[in-house]
Amino acid sequence: MATLKIPTPLRSYTDGQAEVVVNGANVAQAMEHLIEKFPTLKPHLYNGDGNLRPFVNLFVGENNIKDLQGLETLLDANARVILIPSIAGG
Amino acid sequence: MQPFLPGLTRDEILRYSRHLLIPEVGLEGQRKLKGSSTLIIGTGGLGSPVALYLAAAGIGRIGLVDYDVVDSSNLQRQVIHGTTTIGKLKVESARDRMLDLNPDIEVEIYNEPYTSENALRIAKDYDILLDGTDNFPTRYLTNDVAVFLGKPNVYASIYRFDGQVSVFYAKVGPCYRCLFPEPPPPGLVPSCAEGGVLGVLPGTIGTIQATEALKVLLGIGEPLIGKLLLYNALDMSFDFVKLKKNPNCRVCGSNADIKELIDYEEFCGVPSHDHDEGSAGEGWDITAPELASRLKQNHLKLLDVREPHELEISAIPNAVNIPLGTLAARLSELDSAEDMVVFCKAGTRSTRALELLVSAGFKKVKNLKGGINAWAKEVDTSLPIY
Repeated sequence: MATLKIPTPLRSYTDGQAEVVVNGANVAQAMEHLIEKFPTLKPHLYNGDGNLRPFVNLFVGENNIKDLQGLETLLDANARVILIPSIAGG
Repeated sequence: MQPFLPGLTRDEILRYSRHLLIPEVGLEGQRKLKGSSTLIIGTGGLGSPVALYLAAAGIGRIGLVDYDVVDSSNLQRQVIHGTTTIGKLKVESARDRMLDLNPDIEVEIYNEPYTSENALRIAKDYDILLDGTDNFPTRYLTNDVAVFLGKPNVYASIYRFDGQVSVFYAKVGPCYRCLFPEPPPPGLVPSCAEGGVLGVLPGTIGTIQATEALKVLLGIGEPLIGKLLLYNALDMSFDFVKLKKNPNCRVCGSNADIKELIDYEEFCGVPSHDHDEGSAGEGWDITAPELASRLKQNHLKLLDVREPHELEISAIPNAVNIPLGTLAARLSELDSAEDMVVFCKAGTRSTRALELLVSAGFKKVKNLKGGINAWAKEVDTSLPIY
């Protein structure tokens, strides 16, 4: 189980929820559960090939999963996953 | 940062006395600031507090890049401008306010779009760059310029209630591309012109950005190098994450293959501005007056792809509302044999809706050029423009 923090641009696809509790032993499973709960999020996070879009960054705690074990990064029960999108407003 | 530090006049000593009292700044730090220079790219939401506070802090030379004019819809957040400067060049409006706040500094203005052609020339004589732009192409351009010139890029960006701040300095840490190697596909991330922004948000984020610039120039504290601050105003949360240099980064990695500035609009697939007047292109658009006369002659389905709360601001009678985000899942509610005109606020979202409809086999569909704002301007002037 982990808590996934959703940024404002994507909250319209999570019924306005800022944080979503998901099941999964690793990041891939947690993301699958997130998409299962909120299917309309999928095109915003994954490309047509089913891979995470390159501009979407996932952090477990304060570390980018790219610097850990990627989608295989294990999650403990208290894990906090932050989804960081590209935003460009100024 | 500078070998020679300029002195302070008697007036300046009084003006900056609250800085001189802080040991981390002191007389030497204030002289450093006076001998420093910063380039602020964009004088909008972020640029407003950044320019005001850096001017007040006594940065000796500040450059401003922007090519826009002040508009009434800017003033909900762009506090450096005012009602009396509507219609004036933003760089001039900002400069005048900065010099009113602090006449002892120099303000250099560049009333031109920041592009691959002029960016290196403009940026090369400044110590640090501050990215307060409003679009992806200019953000990648600002990053690459900073990497090529070996300068820190104090970065901030905002959307609705979210803000991000970091100091990208490729000499000692990651750059913007290390975190975001590629821009989002066009249309997937809405801009502030489309999605809105809480007016005070750029104030919060811009003042943090200005703080980071001052820390870098003074060489004090721990600037956000290798760290990204994530702020959310609704949750009132500040999260920090660690950023590492990407060894495969295309501009600052060891095998970088981008060695000069590129065509950033082509790279991002979007124009380098945040104006939201969208056009679907030749043959796909219908103007507001054309639509008005077509509606008098025959039946047309009107599809409004704005969010439901926008209908309270303005609406066209008999239009069906299906927000863009839900359109793909609700195509079965529409008849592809019917003549249809899609519209939104100003034409950007409806252009994307039109692309979606055409790819789903709809052939008799057109985009209302300029959106309901064009309708309000040219047909039903009782409607407000927003």
